[in-house]
Amino acid sequence: MDIPNILSLVTYLPAAAALVLLFIPYRFERAIKSLAFLGSVVTFILSLHLTYHFDPANGRMQFEESAPWIRTAAFHINHHLGIDGISLFLVILTTFLTPLAILCSWKAVTRRVKPFMICLLALETGMVGVFCALDLVLFYVFWEVMLIPMYFLIGIWGGERRIYAAVKFILYTMAGSLLMLVAILYLFYANGGTSFNLLEIGQRLSSGDLQLSGREGFWLFLAFLIAFAIKVPMFPFHTWLPDAHVEAPTAGSVILAGVLLKMGTYGLLRFCLPLFPAAAIAAAPYICILAIIGIVYGALVSMVQPDLKKLVAYSSVSHMGLVVLGIFAFTTQGLQGSTIQMLNHGLSTGALFLLVGMIYERRHTRMISDFGGLAHVNPVFASVFLVVTLSSIGLPGLNGFVGEVLILAGSFVRSKVYGSIAALSMVLGAVYMLWMYQRVFLGKLTNPENASLTDIGLREKLLLLPILVMMVWIGVYSAPFLRRMEASLQLVQQRIEDARGPAPSYHVKTNDPAVPGEHNR
Amino acid sequence: MTTNDLFLIMPQLILVIAGMALMLLEPFTSAGRKGRLARIAVLAPLLAAYMLNFQWSDERRTILQGMLIVDNFSVFFQWLFLIITGVTAFLSVKFNDRESIQRGEYYALLLFACSGMSLMAASNDLILTFLGIEILSISTYVLAGFKRTDVRSNESSLKYFLLGSFATAILLYGIAFIYGGTVSTNYGVIRELAVLQGTVQTTTLIGLGLLLVGFGFKVALVPFHSWVPDVYEGAPTPVTAFMAVGPKAAGFAALLRILVQVFPTMAQDWSMILWILAILTMTLGNVVAVLQTNIKRMLAYSAIAHAGYILVGIIPNSDAGFSAVLFYLVIYTVMNLVAFSVVLSLSRKGDLHVNLDDYAGLGSKAPFAAAALSLALISLAGIPLTGGFMGKFYLFSAAIQEGFIGLVVIAVLNSVVSVFYYFRVMVYMYIREPGAGAAEPEPIGWPVQAIVGIGVIIILFLGIHPDKILALAGYSSLALK
Repeated sequence: MDIPNILSLVTYLPAAAALVLLFIPYRFERAIKSLAFLGSVVTFILSLHLTYHFDPANGRMQFEESAPWIRTAAFHINHHLGIDGISLFLVILTTFLTPLAILCSWKAVTRRVKPFMICLLALETGMVGVFCALDLVLFYVFWEVMLIPMYFLIGIWGGERRIYAAVKFILYTMAGSLLMLVAILYLFYANGGTSFNLLEIGQRLSSGDLQLSGREGFWLFLAFLIAFAIKVPMFPFHTWLPDAHVEAPTAGSVILAGVLLKMGTYGLLRFCLPLFPAAAIAAAPYICILAIIGIVYGALVSMVQPDLKKLVAYSSVSHMGLVVLGIFAFTTQGLQGSTIQMLNHGLSTGALFLLVGMIYERRHTRMISDFGGLAHVNPVFASVFLVVTLSSIGLPGLNGFVGEVLILAGSFVRSKVYGSIAALSMVLGAVYMLWMYQRVFLGKLTNPENASLTDIGLREKLLLLPILVMMVWIGVYSAPFLRRMEASLQLVQQRIEDARGPAPSYHVKTNDPAVPGEHNR
Repeated sequence: MTTNDLFLIMPQLILVIAGMALMLLEPFTSAGRKGRLARIAVLAPLLAAYMLNFQWSDERRTILQGMLIVDNFSVFFQWLFLIITGVTAFLSVKFNDRESIQRGEYYALLLFACSGMSLMAASNDLILTFLGIEILSISTYVLAGFKRTDVRSNESSLKYFLLGSFATAILLYGIAFIYGGTVSTNYGVIRELAVLQGTVQTTTLIGLGLLLVGFGFKVALVPFHSWVPDVYEGAPTPVTAFMAVGPKAAGFAALLRILVQVFPTMAQDWSMILWILAILTMTLGNVVAVLQTNIKRMLAYSAIAHAGYILVGIIPNSDAGFSAVLFYLVIYTVMNLVAFSVVLSLSRKGDLHVNLDDYAGLGSKAPFAAAALSLALISLAGIPLTGGFMGKFYLFSAAIQEGFIGLVVIAVLNSVVSVFYYFRVMVYMYIREPGAGAAEPEPIGWPVQAIVGIGVIIILFLGIHPDKILALAGYSSLALK
């Protein structure tokens, strides 16, 4: 069965559901929730169609579709979508996590349910769009539009300091993305002002039809890099993340950690590396250092957090640093490890935020010191939490291990020092996660208020089950995932290797006697 | 005067005749029925716009002994002014009733102001440009002070009058200098002289500088902006809306014509001056807007900042830039009119409730108004899927095309700052809880609702499908060359 315009369908179905919700009166809360859930589940099922019909041997774009969007004398902007091995699983991750986010808000969100669901669905459209867009302007539009629902999710349904967190979030990300817009426009005119087609520009850059001087390449690379580094977030740009995470409602945190952060690393893989390989190679040592700092710093700061949610938030800084390290190792293992680690981090951190949200719903506190010995009263919850914790620290047999090993192997090939430091930091990861687990779940039940806690119910079990299944699946048999990524990542790596080699530079050209102007002078 | 001349100035004639008719009718209308006079001020622009529609033509027609020029550029701007005037009149009806300032002269002055703006866009002679500015300015001085019993309105009017007089005096001085250098005030003659001579007289250069100062006042460029916040704050809100969009667009129309049609040979000089003014204007406008708690003042500083963005389209001196300016003025008009419409509908009697605190909790109390204002602000901030994004996109791309990267980087960093204060209003509307003594918002009248509804649709439409208006802007700006 072949569905025409399947990507448009997956992208816009949530938005269509949101539009329908707009016309349902506020008081039908149950109907609103059910419809939102239904919309996101249908989207997920549709997106599974992509995996079945995806051709793993083909590293290029698949399911491509293009239609004219804005047509003027000067601009041809297309509605151009397509996915390859890099974006395939990120799309699935998005459609997979959104229904879970809706389900986890079933009881947690009691105020303004309708706009909440509309925001979540609009967010899903934006995120899927970012991963599918192949036109630079279209990409930018999705990238920016997605900020608005996220801003409201944090701002309206967030915690105590939600206004501060929401404003910080939007200012940080806007600053980066607007500079990226300048770079996009520059690239457009450098390419002769003909098209915003990412594939075409990439093609022309790699074939040498479009040549950027070293300085141009550097600044363009930097403009894209900053936009993505803020999203990841890489070390000096990370300060918005703990605030946003801590204040966001559970669903917001899940989406933020699960998908939004991946948009940064996805951008690095899709734009920075293939478009500006020379600049990427030149900058790699510095970026790797920042990534290492992020890994160690994130881990150390996590260790001393008294707040569960903040701990998980800082652990994201550490884990995403690892992903960046893998990308800038420029090896096949590193790239593969990073891509699968994006999935893993989405699953494990998403699950951690869900679990923390569940505790918070029951106890209205997230302070580690308020807990202790929870395993006695909530055995099911405690065991699920343990699995997720182990997945997060990369225990063999669970998903985290696959990504970490590949990244470490990949970066070790590039630099033994980086590889070693990154490997050591894994120990730190185990320290803060296990220590946290010990303080919350093990030991005696110290706080009498916790004695009456109820264990997780059916809805919550159903919510966590799919994530646990995926964790084990990727951990035990990751080949189906890696196989689909491989071809596309090899193209990226090929591009880097080409740039590393003795590329034909313009020095050769100026000495060429076929250029008459040079000799006449 | 031939019949053709008569046909080509018909739109202005309609406005002026309708304005005078209003003045005549005013004494014969009983106090309770004065609101009906507004109908004339809505119908006259409609009729004028209908007449104007026959004037689209690639041909450039100079009429009335070379005083006026009728081309696509002037038709485009006249369309914009007619829409602004009609909408302002429409918005004012209920407002003037509420504030008990319902008088026929109000609408007459609006129509006169509109004819002044039209003359500015269509003028082919410095003297006529000056007359257009004066007709516009004097009308708006009076309109700003229309709430005679309100101190702030008086202050607004007086400040505007004093500073505006200085500005027009400087402008006139500039015209005198240019006349001294070229022995003409006619655009065509001055241009030919400059092209023929190849060099420019120093007096002409001084004259151009003084002209820029005068126009800087009119379109509120930093450092000639100091009148804006107080005048915007004190004037009746519909008049503020009018001033934020109408005179600004008219100023840019006249400025574009003078810079591009009269002084193309001095492009390097004025481009450099405008580069500096643009950066000052954007930066000061945005930074000071952050500090405002009064929403009218905030929108005033935002209007200053937007004048800076518009300059970004003029500086490259390219067709793409000019068409981007025209497009931006359209979307700028729409988003400001929507924002001010919501503000005036919420300001309640006395026009006093315009502080951010008054907007707390509006999201649940007046969802439609809050959503419309949010959309207008998102558009002003330049977030995609709104016309504001498309406008900025074309402005910035035109500048990058000509290599003004630094300018655009400063402009986008300014946009980041602007996000802060635009989004703060949304913070108040959706996140903050209303204070204890906060009054309920009054239901907004249907005219305001209609305007806001149409504006919202246009903002979204221009954000998703801007092709048609862009093409129109490109087509109209070609007449400049």
